[in-house]
Amino acid sequence: MQVSDTAPVASAGVALGEPGGNLMVAITATLKRDLTLMLRRRGEMLNPLVFFALVITLFPIGISPDPELLALIAPGLLWVAALLAALLSLDSLFRSDYDDGSLEQLLLAPQPLAALSLAKVAVHWLLTGLPLALMAPVLGIMLALPAGSYLILALSLALGTASLSLIGAIGAALTVGLAKGGVLLSLLVLPLYIPVLIFGTGAVQAAVFGDGVTAHLAILGALLAGALIFAPWAIAASLRISING
Amino acid sequence: MWAFIHKLGSPKWFYRISAKLQPWFWVAAAGLIVTGSLWGLAFAPADYQQGNSFRILYVHVPAAFLAQSIFVSMAIAGLVYMVWKIKVADMAAAVMAPLGAAMTFISLFSGAVWGVPTWGTWWMWDARLTSMLILLFLYLGVIALRGAFTSRDSASRAASVLAMVGVINIPIIKYSVDWWYTLHQPATFTITSRPAMPTEMWLPLLLMVLGFYSFFIALTLMRTRSEILRRESNKRWVRELVEEKQ
Repeated sequence: MQVSDTAPVASAGVALGEPGGNLMVAITATLKRDLTLMLRRRGEMLNPLVFFALVITLFPIGISPDPELLALIAPGLLWVAALLAALLSLDSLFRSDYDDGSLEQLLLAPQPLAALSLAKVAVHWLLTGLPLALMAPVLGIMLALPAGSYLILALSLALGTASLSLIGAIGAALTVGLAKGGVLLSLLVLPLYIPVLIFGTGAVQAAVFGDGVTAHLAILGALLAGALIFAPWAIAASLRISING
Repeated sequence: MWAFIHKLGSPKWFYRISAKLQPWFWVAAAGLIVTGSLWGLAFAPADYQQGNSFRILYVHVPAAFLAQSIFVSMAIAGLVYMVWKIKVADMAAAVMAPLGAAMTFISLFSGAVWGVPTWGTWWMWDARLTSMLILLFLYLGVIALRGAFTSRDSASRAASVLAMVGVINIPIIKYSVDWWYTLHQPATFTITSRPAMPTEMWLPLLLMVLGFYSFFIALTLMRTRSEILRRESNKRWVRELVEEKQ
């Protein structure tokens, strides 16, 4: 019984342990593990979404319930609130793995750390960025966002939050070894978020005014492509600094 | 050539060589800045649109130049430190960050002061002001990150990575802010459409820019030297140096 239980694990372990062992196996294993862990802590997963809804609720109370005024500022509000929600969820990206030591195992793996951290970031986006993007249209209705821009809102957020997760993961990796890294993380990451914010809100505003949105979405995609190329290496280097320090 | 660079990488050699270089840069900085400011403030003709208020330019532009160049030099120093493990590079990067932040602040502040007579307001979400403000935040992030680590080695490497990430992002941020600004531009003022500067106006500016750069080099050399002494205080050559001076 025990043998049959451990056999697949052991064989996988051998395959992973080989130098330059199958990269795809390692990436899939990381993806599966992170997804399982995150899905078992559903409360943590929901927190950014609740935060997003709460912040959006604050604005009509703080500014004015006037639908016309809200419609005017809705693209910016939705994007800023989603950006902050994504930022809040970043600190936990590597934190628990750092605390229980599994991050060190990831560093010791023969597969490139950049690829493995990319898998972790992908899970982070799948469970925070994508839900935020799907939830944004509902909040858009509450802010009287003009009809016809909902799809673009969700699309721009889905594309944009992927870049945000990648860039933010660099900051999260740099601060994971620090006891009080939370505020510092936002200080490091927020300036780097500005281009994404500009083109994200630009896309939604263009959709509201009936201008072409493809240019904005294309640039968001370009930013994502750039982040996909550069960020994993920076994340890997930062993780090594945080672990060895 | 390589031997020279290797020697320069050792703190002891850098300390000696910089002792010889430093006075020259101080003299150049003092000479250029004094000449430039006298010329710019007293002798250059007043602008036909802005009158005398344009003279803030002689501080504003060099500070803005330096603010950007220092970030790039800091990132290059970080790269050198990460790739070749040259400690002096990291010491230089560490002392450059506060100076760069100060220059960014000076250019923002002088820009705000300049804004009062030209735009009639202290602050405007102008593209250049906004990207400078973001640059200031980037500097503060690098400084804060360096200060947050207890181990100096981790602090150095983390700050180097962040400086490199920042330097890749600066052009992206700059262009996106420019683009954002053209989209929202309130067409109230135009100072960009004035004719090119006459020679007697830009020559003092050139002197000021060169003076600011010499000042930056001189100050970086000086502060790197004290950083070397601080970090190498338990090395024999530093102890001998201290004993000689006593």
